[in-house]
Amino acid sequence: MSFLNYLINGLSLGSIYAIIALGYTMVYGIAKMLNFAHGDFIMVGSYIIFTIVSTLGLPPGVGLLVAIILCTLLGITTEKVAYKPLRHAGSPLAVLITAIGVSYLLENVALLIFGADTKAFSSMISWSGVSLAGGRLKIQGFTLVSIIVGILILIFLQLFINKTKSGQAMLAVAEDKGAASLMGINVNKTITLTFAIGSALAAVAGALMCTAYPSLTPYTGAMPGIKAFVAAVLGGIGSIPGAMIGGLVLGVIEILGKTYISSQLSDAIVFGILIIVLLVKPTGILGKKIQEKV
Amino acid sequence: MALLEVKDLNVHYGMIHALKDVSFHVEKGEIVALIGANGAGKTTTLHTVTGLIEASAGSIIYKDQDVTKLPGHKLVPLGMAHVPEGRRVFADMTVLQNLKLGAYTRKNKAEIEESLENVYKRFPRLKERKNQVAGTLSGGEQQMLAMGRALMSKPEIILMDEPSMGLSPILVNEIFDIIKEVNKSGTTVLLVEQNARKALSIADRAYVLETGRVVLDGDAKELMNNEQIRKAYLGE
Repeated sequence: MSFLNYLINGLSLGSIYAIIALGYTMVYGIAKMLNFAHGDFIMVGSYIIFTIVSTLGLPPGVGLLVAIILCTLLGITTEKVAYKPLRHAGSPLAVLITAIGVSYLLENVALLIFGADTKAFSSMISWSGVSLAGGRLKIQGFTLVSIIVGILILIFLQLFINKTKSGQAMLAVAEDKGAASLMGINVNKTITLTFAIGSALAAVAGALMCTAYPSLTPYTGAMPGIKAFVAAVLGGIGSIPGAMIGGLVLGVIEILGKTYISSQLSDAIVFGILIIVLLVKPTGILGKKIQEKV
Repeated sequence: MALLEVKDLNVHYGMIHALKDVSFHVEKGEIVALIGANGAGKTTTLHTVTGLIEASAGSIIYKDQDVTKLPGHKLVPLGMAHVPEGRRVFADMTVLQNLKLGAYTRKNKAEIEESLENVYKRFPRLKERKNQVAGTLSGGEQQMLAMGRALMSKPEIILMDEPSMGLSPILVNEIFDIIKEVNKSGTTVLLVEQNARKALSIADRAYVLETGRVVLDGDAKELMNNEQIRKAYLGE
């Protein structure tokens, strides 16, 4: 039973990674850039929730809603101000370095406003969970909630991409920006929309993350951000189901590694996986072959 | 007034002066061909007209409106469609999804459905394969899809870039027959082709481009009999 418990905890952590990885992978798929500041949006979202719930004493639902809205706006602004002017820069490195710069900027602004001390984050979820198999299998409320939220987000994104015009425009832009523009698609607007969705997801991930690990610092988002990047690469960067699978696999490996191998080595295991994936199957589990243009 | 009027168009790629004072016009209902060798600037001309490349000087007037600086995606609702070189279908999407993207700027669902039926009538093979992923189609089928996709926007003018490229002679004939039919049903065509013989055989008028300049223009039938053209482009 304890293995099953660890597995469920792994899936729960994995769902959070998956939600972050979805943002990474969508932005990469459509704007062809790695937004290394993505993890810090989690931190921003968490501080917004912290301020509204713990400082102002408003209900968690309000906090989450405001965090989603503000993170979306922050994502749109960052893209407009920092990334868009560099979209046609000669080297893709320019925008990558800018993303790292944005990451530092966000962390340091948070440091300036909230200070370096750890804030205790009060749980977003009051449900105590369920008890199965005569009390031998206990699943905490937030564990189930994060798995359910992860699944709902995946379903929502799949429906959005496959059933709506904007979703189809995203796929078209992901494949060929020039041809998409010939269809009458506004490529810039589509990229902005992608950033908006990715940032909103980061806010949701922040709420779940800080419920699972209720200590908030300006660097809270950095590690989950990098791990979600590993998850996106593992699943096949650019692929939405890939990000989901990659996130879940990574979460399970991390929890099982912590339990059965060594809690100190768990991060090394996670990044070891990145190295192995890059060596053995650089396109990831669901990634497409990179087609050479003739 | 011409439907499309290009005046003294200049384009630079960095240091390279790709188009030098290119001027031409397309009247409503015509098929106009731009012919010339590889690198003459034919594709650059089309890309500049549809906003994929910025002009460094000159003007593009479409339906009495200066569209030189207009972003490409805004030309589609004005009735200009572009079938790009190398088809550029969305390879990971199905035939039907590709066609629906062609109607991206249109709102009326019933009219879109009607256009879809028309495209299926013109290209029965696309209907048979509507749920197939576009990347798995043959070259000829992809060309049909690219043309069908452009027709889905209900264009007044359709710009076609090398529709014969990489196709067998039988398919080339089929594609050119379709271009003629599309034109007969009221759509103006601006055709870019390396296959000069084929292009001149269906065009009303043509312009000959050489290293970024228009060197000759006139009635297609006359150009076909022009000594210079026969030698340089028709391999005689």
